[in-house]
Amino acid sequence: MQITVTVNGTERTADVEPRLLLVHLIREVFGLTGTHVGCDTTNCGACTVRLDGTPVKSCTLFGVQADGRSVTTVEGLATNGQLHPIQAAFKEEHGLQCGFCTPGMMLTGAALLEKTTDPTEDDVRWAISGNLCRCTGYMNIVKAIQAAGRAMQDEKAPEPAGAAS
Amino acid sequence: MATEATEIRGVGHSVKRKEDDRFIRGKGTYVDDVKLPGMLHMAILRSPFAHARIRSIDTSKAGALPGVIAVVTGELMAQHKLAWMPTISADTQAVLATDKVRFQGQEVAAVVAEDPYIAKDALELIEVDYEPLEAVVTPQRALEAGAPVIRDDKEDQKDNHIFHWESGDKEATDKAFAQADLTVSLDTFYPRSHPAPLETCGCVADLNPATGQATIWMTSQAPHAIRTVFALVAGLPEENIRIISPDIGGGFGNKVPVYPGYVVATAASLLLGRPVKWIEERSENLISTGFARDFYMKGELALKRDGTMLGLRASLLADEGAFHADAQPSKLKVGLFHIVTGSYDFPAAHVVADGAYTNKAPGGVAYRCSFRVTEASYLIERLVQNAAYELGMDPADLRLKNFIKPDQFPYRSATGFVYDSGDYHRAAKLAMEKLGYDELRKEQERARDEGKLLGVGMASFTEIVGAGPSADYDILGLKMNDGAELRIHPTGKAILKLSVQTQGQGHETTFAQIVAEELGIQPEDVKVMHGDTDNTPYGLGTYASRSTPVSGAATAMVSRKVREKATKIAAHLLEVAEEDVQFEKGRFFVKGAPDRAKTIQDVAFAAYTNFPAGTEAGLEGVHYYDPPNLTFPFGTYLVAVEVDPDTGEWNVRRVVAVDDCGVRINPMIVEGQLHGGLTEGFGIAKMQLITFDEAGNCIGSNFMDYLLPTAWETPRFELGETVTPSPHHPIGAKGVGESATVGSPAAFVNAVIDALAHLGVRNIDMPLTSSKVWEAIQQSSAGAPAG
Repeated sequence: MQITVTVNGTERTADVEPRLLLVHLIREVFGLTGTHVGCDTTNCGACTVRLDGTPVKSCTLFGVQADGRSVTTVEGLATNGQLHPIQAAFKEEHGLQCGFCTPGMMLTGAALLEKTTDPTEDDVRWAISGNLCRCTGYMNIVKAIQAAGRAMQDEKAPEPAGAAS
Repeated sequence: MATEATEIRGVGHSVKRKEDDRFIRGKGTYVDDVKLPGMLHMAILRSPFAHARIRSIDTSKAGALPGVIAVVTGELMAQHKLAWMPTISADTQAVLATDKVRFQGQEVAAVVAEDPYIAKDALELIEVDYEPLEAVVTPQRALEAGAPVIRDDKEDQKDNHIFHWESGDKEATDKAFAQADLTVSLDTFYPRSHPAPLETCGCVADLNPATGQATIWMTSQAPHAIRTVFALVAGLPEENIRIISPDIGGGFGNKVPVYPGYVVATAASLLLGRPVKWIEERSENLISTGFARDFYMKGELALKRDGTMLGLRASLLADEGAFHADAQPSKLKVGLFHIVTGSYDFPAAHVVADGAYTNKAPGGVAYRCSFRVTEASYLIERLVQNAAYELGMDPADLRLKNFIKPDQFPYRSATGFVYDSGDYHRAAKLAMEKLGYDELRKEQERARDEGKLLGVGMASFTEIVGAGPSADYDILGLKMNDGAELRIHPTGKAILKLSVQTQGQGHETTFAQIVAEELGIQPEDVKVMHGDTDNTPYGLGTYASRSTPVSGAATAMVSRKVREKATKIAAHLLEVAEEDVQFEKGRFFVKGAPDRAKTIQDVAFAAYTNFPAGTEAGLEGVHYYDPPNLTFPFGTYLVAVEVDPDTGEWNVRRVVAVDDCGVRINPMIVEGQLHGGLTEGFGIAKMQLITFDEAGNCIGSNFMDYLLPTAWETPRFELGETVTPSPHHPIGAKGVGESATVGSPAAFVNAVIDALAHLGVRNIDMPLTSSKVWEAIQQSSAGAPAG
C-alpha cells in the first residue's frame, strides 16, 4: 500500500505491507531508530511516538493507520538544532540511565507539558504511567518533566515543539 | 603556560552524564539499530511443552516459503558439533533441542529469512511431533524418588539432584543452638523473578567468509568473556572474533549468559555467509532467558534471652531449571549466599544448599545482585525481624545490639568472609532519625487501638561485591580481574578503555572522573571507550557491582602509573630532580616553589615533543586489577506502610534509605542507582512473579502478566548517606548498583509483616499481593480484625 506520512515535519511516502507495524515503518523504512521496541504488547511505552500530537504506542498500530497523518518521534523534538526543554531537563536532572525508555518518556512528557507547564507530581506520574522505566525509579524523570515545564514558562515557549501540524 | 586553578571535577562531583547527549536525541546505538548490507533475520521456534520427547521435526513447508533462506534444527547444529553448549556453571545446555524439550520456551528450530515478518510466518509452518512427558515444576517434586529424570542426556545423571554444598562450622553451630535460650525459625520462598531489562536480548552476527572475521554485535554485559567462550565452543580463532556490545538497554544480570539464539545466529551467519540479526520478543525474553532467585529457604537463629545472637543455620533448595546455568564464580555453588550472617556478629553459622533440575527455564542470574547475596540478605533480615517479635524487643534494638561493631573491622565472618569496613550503627541510627522511628512506633500503637494497620519494616543489609581476588574467584577458569588502558594525547586529552560494560550505569562519566581525580584532566577531556573486544583490555565485565571495585580500581592504578612517567617528564621540563616534583590537581610543581609548575597538558605535549633522553615517547599505560578483597557496602532501609484490613491492600507511606557505598564518585549517579534499585526491590516485593502451572506453562510471559512498577505505584524515596571508605580500594569506593535491590525487598516485606505482627502473622511469601495479605489477615489470630 502506498502511504504518505508527515514525519517530524517532512512528508514521506512509502509502499508498505498492510501488516507492517507503525514502529517498524518508523525504524526500518524511515530509518529513525530512536523509537524502540520493548514489549510488543503496548505495556512499556518504549515505542511511544506522537500521532497528530497524541502520544501513541507505535508497536500496536499499523503503519497504514498513519497514512495522511503526522508523526513526531524523538528525532523531531529538537528544532533547528535547539534541544526541546524536556531533552535538556532529562540530562540536567539525571532522568535517564540506559536511555532505552527515554524517547518515549520525553514524548509523553512533552505532550503533558503542552496541556500544562505546571503539572503536579501526581499529574506527571499519571501521565507517564504507560511508560515503563527499569533504571531510574521514576524520581528524576518526574523532576525532569516538572523542570522542563518551568523552563517552558520562563521561555514563554511561543510554539511547543512537536505539536501537530 | 598559565596555570590557573580551575576546579577539577573529579571524585565527589555530580558531573552531568556525557552519554546523555546521544540518548536524549534518540541517537543511541542499540543492537537492534545495527543494520548491515545483505542482513538476514532470524526467528526461533520454541517448545510449547515443558517436557516432551521430540519424535520428528518437518521443516519442508517452512523452507519452501518464499523469502526463507534456511531452517536450522538441532540436527543441523549437531553436524557442526553445536547442538549443545557449555553453561557458566560447567553444565551443558541444548542450543537447539534434538532429543527432548525440557522447558516451555526452549529453542527447537530457527528460521533465517530476508525479512523478520517472513521468518515469523515460517515458524508457523514448522511441524514438530512431540510426545508430552510429565513436567516437574518444583524442586521438591524433582527430588522425590520416581520423579522423571529431566537430564537423561547426561550419562551419569540418574536423578534430578545437581549439587550439595555446605559452608561454615556445623559442630560449632550445633553447640550454639544447644546453649540457646530461644530459637526462632523462618521458612520462606524467594520466588522466581526476572530482571526484564527494557531492551530484550539479541545480536547481529556477521561472519565474513572471505576473511574469516567474525563480528558480533551483542547485548552482553561481558563481551570479553563471551569472546573466549565463543572461541572455545565454536572453535573460531579468538583473534578473529570481535564482540561489540553497543549501547545496552539495561541488563541487571539478564545479559550475562550466552543464550542459544546468539549461537544459532552466529552459526547461521557462518553457514550462509551473510549477516544475521536475531532480536528476542518480550515473551521470549521472559520465558527463556536468565531468571532470578527461586530459592526455598529456611533460617534458624539461636539467641540468648537478652537478644544476643549465638548462631545461625540456613538451608536452601535451589530450583535451577532444566540446565544448571547459574552465573556465578566457578568455585561456588550458590554464589555468595553464605554471606547470610549479614550485618551481625555471629560466633557460629552453618549453611547447607542443594540444587535441583526442574522443567523450567535455566540461567539463574544474579538479578541486580552479587551472586545470591539478595536471597541471603532477605533471609537474615526477615529472620531478625521475626526474632524481635518472639523476644518482645524492638526490631531496631535487636539489630543495634548484635551489629558488628566499628572496631571489629576487618571482621572475619562465621562463614569465612573478611568484611573490609563498616559502621552499621551509624547508618541505622541516621535512618531511624530521618524516619522519626520512635514517633512512628507510637503512632503504630495508636493506630492499632483504632483498628488500623500501620507497619514499620527495617533491613540493615550488608552487601558483598567486586568479585574478586584471583585466588578464589574465577568463571570457567578465567580469573575475575579487569583492566583499564589510558592514553594521553599530545594536547592533553585522554582516551580510557575499559573491560567492563555499561548498561546505563554511566561509566563514560564516572570513570572519566576517576582519571580527573588522579591526573587533573577534566572529565569532558577523557573519552571512555568500552564494549568492543578489539579495542579494549580484557576483563570479565559488568555484573555483581564489580565495575567500580575492579575496573574502577584499575583506572585509578593506571592513572597513577601514567602520573609516575608524567612526573619524570615534568622534572625534565622544570629542570629539577624527580623527587623535587610534587603533584596536585593537574599541576606538577617544584617543592617549596609552587609557582614553578607545569600542567598535565604541558607534560602530555612534552611526552611527544620534548621528553628526557633515555625515556620512551608517549604517555600511556594499562593495568589489570586483581582485587585484594571484596568490598562490603551496607545500609539501613526503613519502610512505613499502611495495610487496609478489609482488602489486604498496602500502601507505602515512607521509604528512607541510608546507604554507605564508601566514597561516592558521582553522587548524582549514585542516587539514581539507588532510586532504580529501590524500585526493583519494591517490584519484587509487591508484584514481579514468574510462576508456572502444573503442566509447566509459564505464567508471566509478558508485561500484562509479569507486572513491573509504573511511576504511579512506585513510592517516593528519601535517601541518606554515610561514608566508610573501603580500606583496600585505591579511591575507597565500594560499588552501589545493586545495594538497593539487595536490601529493600526485606524492608518492604518486614513492613507489611510488622503491620500484622500483633495478629501473629510471621510470613507471607513474595510477591505480597493484596489477596495474599488479605488471606494472611483472615487466617491470623484475629481472623476478623476490628473495624
